[in-house]
Amino acid sequence: MNLSRRQMLILLPAAAVAWKSVLAGSPEESPNYKMTDHWWGMLIDIPKCIGCGNCVRACATENDVPDGYFRTWVERYHRSDWPMNESGEVTANPLIVPEVISPDGGKEGFPAATDESGKYFFVPKMCNHCADSPCTQVCPVGATFISPDGVVLVDQKYCLGCAYCVQACPYGCRYVHPTKEVADKCTLCYHRITQGLTTACCEACPTGARQLVDLKNPNDPIHEFLKTHSVQVLKPQMATGAKLFYNDLDGSVR
Amino acid sequence: MNGVEGYMYPNEITLYWSVLIVLYPYITGLVAGAFILASLERVFRVEAVKPTYRLALLTALAFLLVAPLPLVLHLGHPFRSPEMYFTPHSTSAMAMFGYVYMWYLMAVLVFEIWLDYRREIVLLSQSSTGLLRLIYKVMTLGSTNISPRSLAIDERVGWIVTLVGIPSAFLLHGYVGFIFGSIKANPWWSSPLMPVVFIFSAMVSGIAGVMLLYMAITKLRKQTIDMRCVDSIAMYMFYIFIIDFSLEMLDLVHRIYEADESFRSLDFMVHTKLYFSQIVIQICLGTILPLVLLFLTQVVKLPEIARKRIYGLSGCLALIGIFAMRWNVVIGGQLFSKSFLGYTTYKMALATKEGLFMAIALTLLPLLFLWVLIKLLPPWPEKSEHAPAIGD
Repeated sequence: MNLSRRQMLILLPAAAVAWKSVLAGSPEESPNYKMTDHWWGMLIDIPKCIGCGNCVRACATENDVPDGYFRTWVERYHRSDWPMNESGEVTANPLIVPEVISPDGGKEGFPAATDESGKYFFVPKMCNHCADSPCTQVCPVGATFISPDGVVLVDQKYCLGCAYCVQACPYGCRYVHPTKEVADKCTLCYHRITQGLTTACCEACPTGARQLVDLKNPNDPIHEFLKTHSVQVLKPQMATGAKLFYNDLDGSVR
Repeated sequence: MNGVEGYMYPNEITLYWSVLIVLYPYITGLVAGAFILASLERVFRVEAVKPTYRLALLTALAFLLVAPLPLVLHLGHPFRSPEMYFTPHSTSAMAMFGYVYMWYLMAVLVFEIWLDYRREIVLLSQSSTGLLRLIYKVMTLGSTNISPRSLAIDERVGWIVTLVGIPSAFLLHGYVGFIFGSIKANPWWSSPLMPVVFIFSAMVSGIAGVMLLYMAITKLRKQTIDMRCVDSIAMYMFYIFIIDFSLEMLDLVHRIYEADESFRSLDFMVHTKLYFSQIVIQICLGTILPLVLLFLTQVVKLPEIARKRIYGLSGCLALIGIFAMRWNVVIGGQLFSKSFLGYTTYKMALATKEGLFMAIALTLLPLLFLWVLIKLLPPWPEKSEHAPAIGD
């Protein structure tokens, strides 16, 4: 084959681009899964959560989450009664200053409650898979993105590890993986849900406090639930389009 | 838990932006400020500051060359950083960095310095010998015409470049402020005033930096300091400092008066973890004290030696204060929990990629670059060319 210098100059860069694409490989096939048919979220039923930490352990095992970092964690809130001093003045607003603990992310459960007064409850937390996610907005190279089925993911082969997304998440759901040195977060067990399974945390929950929901599926019980319950998202003022729905969320939770 | 008070979301306990990210806005601020000072002479025809014109440009270049280093070093994967040029994400403020940086470096600073020095470069390429001759020859970029007409064109183009350079300097540093100011998740950062405050503090730091360098280098060269020049620089520094301080106080007063949901938490932080770096260093020592000192030089007729000392002292204090400001923004913004229920601690590493030693090295590196640049392109008027140059 005879190639002129001009043709070579055109072909070589094209070949370089093509080679890069070949090296990147093709995505894993999933013949029974169509991304555009789904729009994933999660329902968290706070009254059902018993703070056992099963979800945290299951997530850490399933996703090889490094020690000290959390893709999901459980918080225990204690909203005390209205505290008063001796002269009868109210000294704090427990709605604004609740007592919160999450020892090791709630992985091994919680110590027994000591204060008889007020109200105790558990709040499982994880990525809110926001539809208008501030974390994907700021990524300088677009390594983190919202998949067509509504899951916020990170391409760890592409991430620079600048941690701008960590700063941009209002919920503290991201971290920089200590050994991979890239952004890491909940993937909503994407490897499982695209195979027709539920997430590890939902599967491990003994009380059904966590339910994976598909908002595009008309038969999903979430639609009925949303009609009949008072459901909230975290930090609605952030306008992130969060898809982590909390049933019976207390006003003190943030 | 380790260094944690109250409740932090578990992933918030580690700080992800270290002292290097403090250095980055500090260094780019010095660049922008030094350039604005240079433009005073070039565009606004402030003849008094002429002795610092070229020094300011070289200072800006020396610091600009170092500016991306702290950023790249802080990345988990520094070798992936070119992706910011090849596949920038259109909605990311940070993706702008590469472009703003290249524009400012190549289209503004290097171009302007080249135009301004072209005559000297051509002459030096003829008079010097050996490797230096080759370096100068390359630096002429093959343009050896130094006829009066050609130099007049240089002058004209240089003026336009500086004119373009002023908004570019604002863009370079305003954008750095925007990186922080646009993060709605972080109430300590999220403010439309952030880019403006960054620009004015940048001007103060750059002007202070060049003034100190000019005074120090002139002393080292055993020349006399042009008091008319430093008096004017100090005057500009004083006025810009007032604007900067007013903006910062406006931000503070606004936060205190509005007292939104984050206020209780941030207020506590300023009174505890940030008390020393914010109240003591940044506001009292780094802003109010130099402002008072500079104010004295404006209203009282002081002898030359007193003025020199005051300028030196207030320049140093301003540089320290503005470093503290960057520190309080970057580190302070990560010390409190976004749950507003707790605080963590920043533990600076020493000999790591993002440690203290690296930060010191990166602060000194621009001075080394500046020394090389001054050797290569002496910023002094020609009559003193035969006098011993700095470092000789």
